[in-house]
Amino acid sequence: MGDKEAKEKWAGIEAPVFDETAFTKPPPLDQATVAVVTTASLHHGDQDGLDAYGAGYSVLDGSRRDYVSGHYSPLLDLTGFAYDMNVVFPLDRLDELAADGVIGAVADRHLSYNGIQLDLSSIRLDSGPAGAKWLKEQGVDVVLLTPI
Amino acid sequence: MSTLAHVFEAGGIATVTIGLVREQIVSTAPPRGLWCDFPLGQSLGRPGDAAFQHRVLEHAFSLLKAEAPVFEEFAEPVRDDGTTVMSCTLPPRYDPDVHPAVDEARGLRPAYDRALERFGNRIGPGRAIDADTVVTAVEAFARVAEGTPWEEAGIPGVPGEPGIVSRVSLDVRGYYEMAALALSDHAPESWAGVRWFLNETETGKVLREVRAKMRDSGAEWIDWFFVTPADASDDEVADEHPRGPTEA
Repeated sequence: MGDKEAKEKWAGIEAPVFDETAFTKPPPLDQATVAVVTTASLHHGDQDGLDAYGAGYSVLDGSRRDYVSGHYSPLLDLTGFAYDMNVVFPLDRLDELAADGVIGAVADRHLSYNGIQLDLSSIRLDSGPAGAKWLKEQGVDVVLLTPI
Repeated sequence: MSTLAHVFEAGGIATVTIGLVREQIVSTAPPRGLWCDFPLGQSLGRPGDAAFQHRVLEHAFSLLKAEAPVFEEFAEPVRDDGTTVMSCTLPPRYDPDVHPAVDEARGLRPAYDRALERFGNRIGPGRAIDADTVVTAVEAFARVAEGTPWEEAGIPGVPGEPGIVSRVSLDVRGYYEMAALALSDHAPESWAGVRWFLNETETGKVLREVRAKMRDSGAEWIDWFFVTPADASDDEVADEHPRGPTEA
């Protein structure tokens, strides 16, 4: 068992198809506030984890580094993330890009969803739009989406 | 992940999406998608390699210049070779009166604590049990492997919600994989830690036996299927339970 076999199982899962593609024009990157949204089911050590298969999201404080993955799937190898959180949640890299003036700023808060869902309707119609609205209110211009 | 990209763009936020499963990102077609041929769990490619991670980000953010939906592929694959195993020296037997897996789990505690100090607890324990309960869990799993019915073996949290055995087993695995990081002291190759745990450690062997024993005893599939990663022999069972997940 390895990544090849794990990916083959995921590849066979039916993925949603969108008839229309929304497209938002961003400000110049060196003026943009960037947030990370990951489906790695992250939470802080002192928070409850996301529910298994739950459609909700967690808010992650960018000034902390105590991010825990609550994923339940044995088909994921998380040792890379344990060694270096940036391989999933690259806040240190974004801080470096902001310091170099490549991006305008790193958002103070970021979001995580559970990437394993039984039904995507709640994310499409409820928690996804709610997360976007919340990030917009925080002044976020660009989101980097990272899977697990 | 790609679904969220569509939703966020509709909400007025520009997105760049990294995808690891090509079929998924091509099918869902986020507005700006970058397929990276990296292992699951490694969206930025290589743990501990900041330069590589910056190359991924540079490519991803370059997609923001596109005037219309765009899909590109990152040029540097990172792949699991399917065979690499972490090289970790396991502690010698200390107490011959206990099951080897229990002795091993106790012996790995200093390594786990060193990893916890260095990296923090990012992958468990914590889903169902804490680190102080890992040895108790391993004792219970060893009883199952030796023939005790799983419901009577004293697995922490049992009886409990469906799937609790899997969560306990993932916490035990997280404890071992954390310890492995301290024992190897270098960035892990994809799946090298998983293969080490499942094939090289006494507790990994116990969990594989637990899974087989539970399956053969007629336990509900949700209770045994995820105790260790499924293999090809389980495809028929997986097909019978199409409540399988999709990707956000």
